[in-house]
Amino acid sequence: MKETNQEPIIHIKDLYKSFGDLDVLRGASLDVFRGENVVVLGRSGTGKSVLIKILVGLLTQDRGTAQVLGKEVATLTEKELRDLRLKIGFSFQNSALYDSMTVRENLEFPLVRNIANLTRGQIDKEVETVLDAVGLLQTINQVPSELSGGQRKRIGIARTLILRPEIMLYDEPTAGLDPITCLEINELINEVKEKYKTTSIIITHDLTCAKVTGDRIAMLLDGSFVRQGSFEEVFDTSEERIKSFFDYNFIQ
Amino acid sequence: MGKFFREAFKGRMEVQEIIKQCYAIGNKSLVLISLTGFITGMVFTKQSRPSLAEFGATSWLPSLVSIAVIRALAALVTALISAGKVGSSIGAELGSMRVTEQIDAMEVSAINPFKYLVVTRVVAATITIPVLMSYCGMVGLMGAYLNVALNEGTSLQTFIQKAFEQITFLDIGTSLVKGIAYGFTIGIVGCYQGYNAKKGTEGVGRAANSSVVISMFLIFIEEVIIVQISNYFRV
Repeated sequence: MKETNQEPIIHIKDLYKSFGDLDVLRGASLDVFRGENVVVLGRSGTGKSVLIKILVGLLTQDRGTAQVLGKEVATLTEKELRDLRLKIGFSFQNSALYDSMTVRENLEFPLVRNIANLTRGQIDKEVETVLDAVGLLQTINQVPSELSGGQRKRIGIARTLILRPEIMLYDEPTAGLDPITCLEINELINEVKEKYKTTSIIITHDLTCAKVTGDRIAMLLDGSFVRQGSFEEVFDTSEERIKSFFDYNFIQ
Repeated sequence: MGKFFREAFKGRMEVQEIIKQCYAIGNKSLVLISLTGFITGMVFTKQSRPSLAEFGATSWLPSLVSIAVIRALAALVTALISAGKVGSSIGAELGSMRVTEQIDAMEVSAINPFKYLVVTRVVAATITIPVLMSYCGMVGLMGAYLNVALNEGTSLQTFIQKAFEQITFLDIGTSLVKGIAYGFTIGIVGCYQGYNAKKGTEGVGRAANSSVVISMFLIFIEEVIIVQISNYFRV
């Protein structure tokens, strides 16, 4: 864990969220400090994605605190939320690329809509820079349906990087990918951290991804964080729920 | 609907996207409207002839057909075709974007998806459908002329003269109001259903389907209301 005298840039405290009768988050608390990659690990349906959607204002908590860069997300005005979102990159589980646009247009879209008066040359340079960073410059004129799952993930990450975010939120970055592509995505997450100096929350149930990308692991079970620390610290426990999660994934 | 008007007049208009959507809407419906409009005009003329012939009044055919086409048929034919082609397409497109998180992706990229996707489509439908309706009326009258020319040997000049003898500004104005109302309805219903789609691919299908059904239902209700209001102003 980072030094506690440093202010967290993401502060989650006693967060509750329900959908009808289903209690998804039940008092989740987590602090994320600048420059670290925190992996939120847990089984499907434990509220991992809900947690990061609350952080970007796509969902609102029932109660509790969710602060990003010192601002309580749920209370922000439309303009404040827009300004905050410019500082957060969100990589979706299914990439969420705009399927009617080419890769170039996908990347240009957030850029030209958020930064005024860019010249054609500046736009092209930015697009090529982030595409190069994810190693997919050759796909610039392709449409998403022509890309593989791994390429789509990379383009999704490139689209978030184009706005130079301070914080990256990855929702299941390796879900549905083959082991080799998973490793490439894990490497990319680490490269993004180094190159763009981002702070990240990585949502996953993939232990390899957690071990490779996480500076710190936070184990989310039944809607709350039950254990935090290094990969070894988290799994060096006799608690049955954590052991069974580890054993299940190990067998997988 | 309130949100639509709030967003429509806030900030800059997405003019390029509106033009793109106008083109898409026109392109989707043009062939079908041409064919349907032409056949409607021709068949209506053919079916009306025997009744008028009984009174020796076939010379009234152009007037009768133009009243029917301009006051009712052009607007309804265009609206129903557009509800099917455009409404379902908007519902499915936005529904698909919703369930694949493309709309969420716009939101987290600090882009206002409502303004970019909904406002542009509703405005485009409201602009394009009255234009398509006018075109449908023109094509319908051409179908009617073809039938009249072949049977009665009426010249184009006489046909046009007789066709517009009974048409007033109120008829054209009412027709235009109908086109605007139907266009707005098709756009807003399609967008609402698609934008709020849920439950994966099943939700996309439901959004497309309900866009058509609800639009058609509302169009018939609007037709009754607009006709009642226009009749009130008719002397």
